[in-house]
Amino acid sequence: MRITVQEAAFDLGAETNAFAAGHTDMGAIVTFTGVVRDLPDDPLVAMEIEHYPGMTEAALTDIATRAQERWHLGDVLVIHRYGRMAPGEAIMMVATAAPHRRDAFEAAEYLMDFLKSRAPFWKREITANGASEWVEAKDTDEDALSRW
Amino acid sequence: MDVLYFAWVRERIGLPREKVETEAATVNDLVAELRAREERYDMAFSDLSALRVALDQQLSDFDAPLAGVREVAFFPPMTGG
Repeated sequence: MRITVQEAAFDLGAETNAFAAGHTDMGAIVTFTGVVRDLPDDPLVAMEIEHYPGMTEAALTDIATRAQERWHLGDVLVIHRYGRMAPGEAIMMVATAAPHRRDAFEAAEYLMDFLKSRAPFWKREITANGASEWVEAKDTDEDALSRW
Repeated sequence: MDVLYFAWVRERIGLPREKVETEAATVNDLVAELRAREERYDMAFSDLSALRVALDQQLSDFDAPLAGVREVAFFPPMTGG
């Protein structure tokens, strides 16, 4: 398991290749990448992400450990950025390796659902008209946890 | 104990962290003490349903006891991913 919280951009391809390498007994590698999305009405200039150093790493480790207990996984990777990023930049990625795809897919979804509302990150959107607003958590994000 | 604030809670209160001398038994008691201090605290804690609390970096509840706790953090619902 590798959990990384960093300000710098990461190379999705290089991270995926490095994760996949050395898992000859794993038939399935699933990756998910979250990207800063531009807004249709008011163009986004940047997204800023604040986090709680210490708790962030602990929460991500806890979520990944639960996933490993629940599914048959060979490995888990979580990379999450903080700081300022532009539309199109990758915010975070998760990767799961498993002997079979169902475990890899389900564990990746589980990681994402919990990471959204149980890892201490807060997003703020800065738009072209000068507005700077904290992104509000959605009820659907909280509801998504109940299926697990 | 150390009290930390994140996102708009930090902005409303105007600082990221502070040392607080308190005998508060629970998080709710600590919130009541903070709200009584100044209007900016009162405003930040006016709707607890919009806030989350972590005790020593573990998500907790407002009725949780504070005995032995060294770090309390208040923040809005998280928006990771």
